[in-house]
Amino acid sequence: MAGIVGYGAYIPRKRITTEEIARQWGKNPQTIERGLLLKEKSVPGFDEDTITISVAAGRSAIDRAGVDPQKIGALYIGSESHPYAVKPSGTVAAEAMGIGPEVHIADFEFACKAGTEAMFVALGLVESGRVEYAMGIGADTSQGAPDDALEFSASAGGAAYIFGRDNLIAEVLETYSYTSDTPDFWRREGEFYPRHGGRYTGEPAYFTHVLSASKGILEKTGLKADDFAYAVFHMPNGKFPLTAGKKLGFKEEQLKTGWLVNTMGNTYSGSSPTGLAAILDVAKPGDLILLTSFGSGAGSDSFVLKATDRLPEVQGLAPTVRSMLDGERQYLTYGEYAKFREKIIVND
Amino acid sequence: MREVAIVGAGMTRFGELWKYSLRDMFVEAASGALHDAGADRLDSMYVGCMSGGQFVGQEHLGPLMADHLGMTGVAAVHVESACASGGVALRQAFMEVASGMSDLVLAAGIEKMNDGADVTNVLATAADQETEVYYGITFPGLYAMIARAHMQQYGTTEEDLAWVAVKNHKHGAMNEKAQFRREVTAEEVMSSSMVSEPLRLLHCSPVTDGAAAVLVCPLEMAKQFTDRPVKILASGLATGSMALADREDPAVLDSVQKSGERAYEMAGIGPRDVNVAEVHDCFTIAEICCTEALGFVEKGKGGPAAKEGFTALGGCIPVNTSGGLKSKGHPVGATGIAQTIEIFRQLRGEAGARQVENARIGLTQNMGGSGASSVVHIFEGV
Repeated sequence: MAGIVGYGAYIPRKRITTEEIARQWGKNPQTIERGLLLKEKSVPGFDEDTITISVAAGRSAIDRAGVDPQKIGALYIGSESHPYAVKPSGTVAAEAMGIGPEVHIADFEFACKAGTEAMFVALGLVESGRVEYAMGIGADTSQGAPDDALEFSASAGGAAYIFGRDNLIAEVLETYSYTSDTPDFWRREGEFYPRHGGRYTGEPAYFTHVLSASKGILEKTGLKADDFAYAVFHMPNGKFPLTAGKKLGFKEEQLKTGWLVNTMGNTYSGSSPTGLAAILDVAKPGDLILLTSFGSGAGSDSFVLKATDRLPEVQGLAPTVRSMLDGERQYLTYGEYAKFREKIIVND
Repeated sequence: MREVAIVGAGMTRFGELWKYSLRDMFVEAASGALHDAGADRLDSMYVGCMSGGQFVGQEHLGPLMADHLGMTGVAAVHVESACASGGVALRQAFMEVASGMSDLVLAAGIEKMNDGADVTNVLATAADQETEVYYGITFPGLYAMIARAHMQQYGTTEEDLAWVAVKNHKHGAMNEKAQFRREVTAEEVMSSSMVSEPLRLLHCSPVTDGAAAVLVCPLEMAKQFTDRPVKILASGLATGSMALADREDPAVLDSVQKSGERAYEMAGIGPRDVNVAEVHDCFTIAEICCTEALGFVEKGKGGPAAKEGFTALGGCIPVNTSGGLKSKGHPVGATGIAQTIEIFRQLRGEAGARQVENARIGLTQNMGGSGASSVVHIFEGV
């Protein structure tokens, strides 16, 4: 059986609070905190982008896996903020991590689902025997237009997973994907900020796909919500994943560990993969974990994982998600945030 | 004039119907009305819709809907009076049958609001573009000013407004077609997000997709279609100043009063004879102003009516037993027909848990804009 041999995550230190963003636009912060369940979000520094986040998370994954980077035969990075429109993020990240040049690389994009897409393909190549190890990463420095609801959530971070067949820390018992042409959220070539269909992003997009994929994998595996120790769903805001979890019969105890969005924000392609990393940081051998991503446009990938006896041995080998979320933070004013997100036009 | 009756009704569920287009919803409602009456033909139909053109880029709704109903060739026309379009469609059907020109006429109302359009701006086309909209006003803003005027003149409170929502959600929770089938508390209403002071989110009707249709025919033919026809006793239509600023008293909806007086006169009854009413509660303040204008309560005394139970189920004059626009939903062009269907059900004793006991006379009041048009119908169970 194939599964995860190593994982790692990275979340930048800079933060901006919902209160600070609301103040800038004359909105009521309590209404937003209550409506979206968002308190603060991560912000990338000038020297942080999808590539640096991928490298930071990938190095932690290599540390936990204890594998020679040269044995990683495939590297896929899923993001909707690849720094270049043409030129792969993967080549830069691979070189920095000591992977390659005998490696297959591709950058993926599927809105917020690109991370689990990279993981899905990496897993498949390992299962087929084509490569010994493969790495799948979801990372983003997410875009949200000023004064758009997305500005309260769009944040930065990501997680990396190395798949293999031996020394697993978590077995992948099953996968299931559910995809349709549902144009709920998009960003055209050359546009700086995404656009979205407002309430259309809810029921017909997020809930239809997340619930269908999750129900599909439960049916395929014959498992019930009660069988799982943890579940994590894509986190575009605080409310959606909790509502989806509740509809599927999961309880708060199963959901709270992977539910990072209220202080991390929505790291787009990195969202549910980072939630999974936070679960792996604390899971015990034998625990069953459900992961369901969501990407606009639209689709969901579901994974059922089972923690192995080896997991506790690697949990402490790299920084945990909570240590990055709750550790040293630098709070920004809206002006500083606008500077770091390059929203201020300056002369060359 | 011939006496006219409603013999069949059909409507879609109200809500965010993402998988239904304008024509899908119409066909479901219209075929439901035809099926309800066991009718297989039509002489004519009226399609009430506020803005198919701006919401989904579709005009020329008469032939389109006739075509998709499988009735190509039938006389069909789109009628518009903003949010009163549905009520006006019923009036047209009523007049056509009453005049003897046609026997079987369908009155329908439809609106597809959730399809990517900027709803606030489309709705604002029902206000005065040159003297109101140009300066940035929207409908929540206009009704907020009406609310302020009412509060200042009559001491109406935010809590009074909140109770209209509480009452209508309580009614709507019992309506399987309603968009929001849940109760709310006054505290929830009064702590919901501010939209336009003093109106909060739960004072406002929602953005809704939906369609409704009724089949009307001469009363003398009605028994061919149903054992329990509902007679249309009267139809009153009136206009008022388009712009709020041109009204003598912004807390009074003149057109509602006039349309009510015309309908009462035609029916030969007064407000005290009405057993159940559906009024246009697009905002909670609108229900207060409309119940006053229709004479259900004294002018200036509409504020406490919901809290005191006067307008609730079991009260003296139950208002908006369907849940009203607030809880049932407000697909603008469909609202007038949906109100009619609620009264049709009430007068036939088919309203289930929300049935008003011994309801014999019912009234609907459907309004366009901030009250620039209002249409009232009075019905009697036969």
